[in-house]
Amino acid sequence: MINIYTIFKKELLSYIKSPMAYIVAASFFTVTGFFFIASVSDAFSEASIRGFLAGAVFFLIFLSPALTMRLIAEEQKLGTMELLMTSPLKEHEIVVGKFLASFSIVLFMLAGTLFYPIILFIFGVPDLGPIFTGYLGLILYSCSTLSIGIFASSLSSNQLVSLVVGSGILTLLTFINFVSERVPGILGTILNELQLGGSFSVFDTSSFGIAEKGHFADFARGIISVYDIIFYLSISIIFLLSTILILETRRWK
Amino acid sequence: MIKISNMSKYYGDYPAVLDVSFSIEKGETVGLLGPNGAGKSTTMKVMTGYTPPTNGKVSVGGYDIVDKSLEARKQIGYLPENVPLYLDMTVKEYLNFMASIRGMKSGISKRTDEVIDITGLETYRDTIIGKLSKGYRQRTGIAQSIIHKPKILIMDEPTIGIDPVQVVETRKLIQSLGGEHTLILSSHILPEVTTICKRVLVIHDGKIVADDTPNNLSKRLQSTQVCEVSIKENNGVNFIKLLRNESYVVDVRSKFDNNSEYKNYIIEMSSNHGVEENIARLIVENGIGLHKLNSLPLTLEEIFLQLTSE
Repeated sequence: MINIYTIFKKELLSYIKSPMAYIVAASFFTVTGFFFIASVSDAFSEASIRGFLAGAVFFLIFLSPALTMRLIAEEQKLGTMELLMTSPLKEHEIVVGKFLASFSIVLFMLAGTLFYPIILFIFGVPDLGPIFTGYLGLILYSCSTLSIGIFASSLSSNQLVSLVVGSGILTLLTFINFVSERVPGILGTILNELQLGGSFSVFDTSSFGIAEKGHFADFARGIISVYDIIFYLSISIIFLLSTILILETRRWK
Repeated sequence: MIKISNMSKYYGDYPAVLDVSFSIEKGETVGLLGPNGAGKSTTMKVMTGYTPPTNGKVSVGGYDIVDKSLEARKQIGYLPENVPLYLDMTVKEYLNFMASIRGMKSGISKRTDEVIDITGLETYRDTIIGKLSKGYRQRTGIAQSIIHKPKILIMDEPTIGIDPVQVVETRKLIQSLGGEHTLILSSHILPEVTTICKRVLVIHDGKIVADDTPNNLSKRLQSTQVCEVSIKENNGVNFIKLLRNESYVVDVRSKFDNNSEYKNYIIEMSSNHGVEENIARLIVENGIGLHKLNSLPLTLEEIFLQLTSE
């Protein structure tokens, strides 16, 4: 436990010192702000954060791997992985500590967006339920995108490769309905269930909403679905475990 | 402290270390000596638990490096060859971090100050490591390896790539650490090993070819004798021909000297029983014109070359 905290603290300090976290946060605020404003600025538009959610779900595909790409790749490149691996640390302590550091940066970012709902409350009468479930969904969703990012970071010692592979996996999982709709039978169903955030009526400027499909849809509608919670947690655990496995196998090479 | 029995390490089909056995007692200072690619670093990576052996057993401080890896790793302070550092941390932050992941629970900042003093990094306490010179980075690397007072200190090529003045200082520093730790260092530089270590393991092609004190190593090889002969220049060809006919002569090398009417030869011989006398007689009887003859002590460099050239 103390080891996880040590790694967590080191990574958090490293985020604070490096420009990457600030760049990621700034572009997150800009892009989600754009989506939010576009979705509520029409006359008679709905007082909801669905526009913001759509933008956040979409943009985290790129921002999560940008935050996590350094985490393991950099240790490999600097050779400091050798220090970590010869210290009395377990692989899972390294991975979990790093994950928690990136997760807390995302939590800071999400906290910073709370002024969107505050604006809604000042100028309108929004529904509190969907706002709450929307944020809950975003927290769970970012858990899985960050885990996939860390997994990508463990594959190479090149950060750029990690970024591309990470966003690649996330993009595939987001647009998987393009494929699953055309695959018949059980396989199609399985592929369909893998759809991560899923919603690209983001690009439908008339509605700016989360699509009906994908695991984020219910959260955006104000529904807390245990099924979707379990889905996001499972994806996170699977990718974190794979990362741990990669570190362990690398030892045996 | 360290016991390695029949250890091999393969990378794919390539054996980096092959069936190596040795043990190191508490308080010893041991040098792993060998040319680049001999298997020194691999041996160290196995000892530190970075990578498990393909075959054989390795135990560190009484703990098996595979089965009780965490316990074994707690005994070790390790400085890898490329001196891995977090370039965005200050010296102090880095040492604090290394102390905590090496399992120190209390007294970390006091110990960090102590280690900064020992390694002479006082001025750079709050400097970002990325801005330090190579020599000071090396010191920071050494500092992290001793921060948690490990029983065993393992350093892979600790003086490689730093300037000569700092090499001397770094060697002194390492030497002073030898007293309290069991120290193992690797090097391909002979004087380094002989000044710091009381025992030398010579590694070549993944095998241990000698395991002795620096003194004994030279004694063991004294059956081979080297002498330097200086003769009149114009008799050189004849002289070499004569020497080649003698059974005890192993090798003759000429040492070129422009400004002299004499020519020097280094002669290596396989036994030391009156061979200088034989050479002298040979020269005199053939009228070659002896100018000077003296026997040379073997430098460790030559021992090393002999040990490792098959």
